[in-house]
Amino acid sequence: MPEGFSALDFYYILPEIVVTGGALVVLLLSVVTPRRDDVLLGVSLATVAAALYWVAAFAGLDVTASKGLLAIDGFAAFFKVVALGSAAVTMLMSSPYLRVEGLRAGEYYFLILCATLGMMFMASGMDLITLFIGLETMAVSFYVLAGYLKPNPRSNEAAVKYFLLGAFSLGVLLYGMSILYGVTGTTSLEGTAAALAGQESGPLLVLAVVLVAAGMGFKIAAVPFHMWAPDVYEGAPTPVTAFLSVGSKAASFAMLVRIFLEGLPSLGAEWTALFWGLAVVTMTVGNIAALTQSNLKRMLAYSSIAHAGYLLMGVVAGTQRGVAAMLVYVGVYLFMQLGAFAVVAAMRRSDVVGDELKDLTGLSRRSPMMAFAMLFFMLSLGGIPPTAGFMGKVWLFGAAIDAGFVWLAVIAVANSAVSLYYYLRVVVFMWINDETAPASSPLVLGPAMTAALVVAVVGTVVFGLYPQFLFASAEAAATAIEGLGAGTSALR
Amino acid sequence: MEITPAHYTVLSAALFSIGVIGVLVRRNVIIIFMAIELMLNAVNINLVAHARYLENLAGQVFVVFVIAVAAAEAAVGLGILLAFFRNKETVNIDEMNIMRW
Repeated sequence: MPEGFSALDFYYILPEIVVTGGALVVLLLSVVTPRRDDVLLGVSLATVAAALYWVAAFAGLDVTASKGLLAIDGFAAFFKVVALGSAAVTMLMSSPYLRVEGLRAGEYYFLILCATLGMMFMASGMDLITLFIGLETMAVSFYVLAGYLKPNPRSNEAAVKYFLLGAFSLGVLLYGMSILYGVTGTTSLEGTAAALAGQESGPLLVLAVVLVAAGMGFKIAAVPFHMWAPDVYEGAPTPVTAFLSVGSKAASFAMLVRIFLEGLPSLGAEWTALFWGLAVVTMTVGNIAALTQSNLKRMLAYSSIAHAGYLLMGVVAGTQRGVAAMLVYVGVYLFMQLGAFAVVAAMRRSDVVGDELKDLTGLSRRSPMMAFAMLFFMLSLGGIPPTAGFMGKVWLFGAAIDAGFVWLAVIAVANSAVSLYYYLRVVVFMWINDETAPASSPLVLGPAMTAALVVAVVGTVVFGLYPQFLFASAEAAATAIEGLGAGTSALR
Repeated sequence: MEITPAHYTVLSAALFSIGVIGVLVRRNVIIIFMAIELMLNAVNINLVAHARYLENLAGQVFVVFVIAVAAAEAAVGLGILLAFFRNKETVNIDEMNIMRW
């Protein structure tokens, strides 16, 4: 073994090794037993469960592994749980969807697991190279997944758009990273922070910050880098959209926090102002554009853009409380967003695409359970008590005010009020009794889809009523981030 | 004339700008993809030049990873484009207009 490496380094990446191994087993099984989709689903879920077990076992650690390339700390553990959890729920809602669409399951689960693997490295990477490899492992898997409906022109178009803009944003991000490397002489985040400590920021550093922020802005779908999101969300298979909007966004936020709070705390004044502007524009444009949508997936895409704006508030605050609040909101967002997309996926039947708002007409009569589940998700996304979304928003807005960004919080509250209009419009559609609606095949929820919906509803309701567990784990996770409180700026 | 790091930085910035302009003005997806590759190569020049003058190998390691990822992206991207071409018989970005607003 090369000097400096030890068996311990492999021990610390056991969750990632488990996911890699599971992904390869799934790929092999899809050749050996091609028509056994339930077996493939079982193996994939077992892989995720085993990885979750090891992530939980390492949750209390705070060490760096592989010569400082990876941090095994509470922050990484939190985002790994989010990545694995969203992957599990996505797989559950995928199995009936794949059957309706007549898609092959083997490669699909393999790609989901590969994307999860990338997210896990994004959560624990402490080096620009590690983070970039994690990001690309995830992104390349998603390029393929977005175009998984090969005969469907919408899915093709979504994949081409996502690929082109993803590759373009990668170029921008890497150029920023190469400037950072040129200035600091290191790719490690700790080394970058040390090299920049006490230094004056020059035009080169500002350029690097702007380029890296733009590259990450594409991944979290922040305005003005959001143009791909509605098209990709609409065209991609619904479970992929769900995974993209939760897992990919959460992992990108983890990477953003790592780069800016751990690597560039000395440039806090610059990037705080930048993210303040991005947060305001993102939540406002996202919410206003969502108002006029008639396609449910597209509406949820704009809503998820708006939520990226809310999440950015935690980064802007830059305090321990800000990061903790961002983590709480990511945890809450996981359940409500996956749930909303699970309902859209369940609407897909052999004769109905089911992603238009009008397809929900009379859902309360056709499937009361689904309508009530959707009601909870919409209330939670809108931030109405007693749902989890309310708790998340209280924490997030509170953290922003606590850090002195009162105006940001005021804008966010106004935006939440606007967003209620389009969330409640969904509810209105579900409770309209339209007897003239053309008869379509009945809604049948299989066991896997039911499980996905139950998990999402339970998360949304339980974390709304008893949020203490989520708060405690988010606070514990946020202590792992160094360089907090760096964001001082005139915007307070 | 002595070649300084500034020369490499200017070359890299020029190449990167050509790439960005190419992405923004060209309409053929394959040409756009080639422009993106130019951007990635601008990054590589930057990294290699800095690695040489900083006498630090991390930059060269970074370049190897960038090249590998660019190859993976090219493979996936051309596959996606092929699937698109089979349905629409075009690679013009202006005709990717099923979904808007």
